[in-house]
Amino acid sequence: MYLKVSIQTQDFDLSQEVENLRLGNSAIGAICSFVGTVRDRNDGDQVSSLELEHYPGMTEASIHKMISQAKSKFDIFGSVVIHRVGLLKPLDQIVLVAVSSAHRGQSFQACEFLMDYLKTQAPFWKKELTPQGHRWVDARVSDDQALKRWGIDSANA
Amino acid sequence: MKINLRYFASVREQIGIASESIDTSSRDLSELRNELIARGEHYAIALSHGKAIRMAINQAVSSSNEPLTENAEVAFFPPVTGG
Repeated sequence: MYLKVSIQTQDFDLSQEVENLRLGNSAIGAICSFVGTVRDRNDGDQVSSLELEHYPGMTEASIHKMISQAKSKFDIFGSVVIHRVGLLKPLDQIVLVAVSSAHRGQSFQACEFLMDYLKTQAPFWKKELTPQGHRWVDARVSDDQALKRWGIDSANA
Repeated sequence: MKINLRYFASVREQIGIASESIDTSSRDLSELRNELIARGEHYAIALSHGKAIRMAINQAVSSSNEPLTENAEVAFFPPVTGG
């Protein structure tokens, strides 16, 4: 089954990634994808850039773990998770999650589950540049609550 | 025992280094955190008990009573904010 996990500084092409996920499996009837992008505002302040740091090795392991959990929960085929690191600016793409399945319901749910999981369990950290200077982004309790909907306790924030 | 420490994000900035190897007599993560806090002001600020700090042993998130093992890779970092 198609599986791609990539932590990279370069941008990604949604069409190309979805095509790679789709081709070669005629049992696929649905693909759901999510793209996260950099906002120019956060917590009421203007954001001019975002710097993303991660824990090489643990990041990939945690993403593989979340994909295997998604496979046990949902009837899905392939998965793609791409997360960018390094310096990003407003409008840039940060993250892509795409999932394939026979029918739409399973890939919609799996895609949301993977994003909820990634938000609180994968070791990435964002530092944003505002007019007041650099600051580390705070984790949100709402992201822990989002994962709880899937029956997974999270105490990240 | 010898362990390898790694620090990320705000913890890395406050301590001033990304990694180091130390000899420790701490038996678990809780003792290790206290041992590091006692090393000096930078560590005390970065790992203060008032702060939400996550810890991992050999790249798996671990609770503070998790025992340390020889040559383990131990990481300290703030709550994660990816996605």
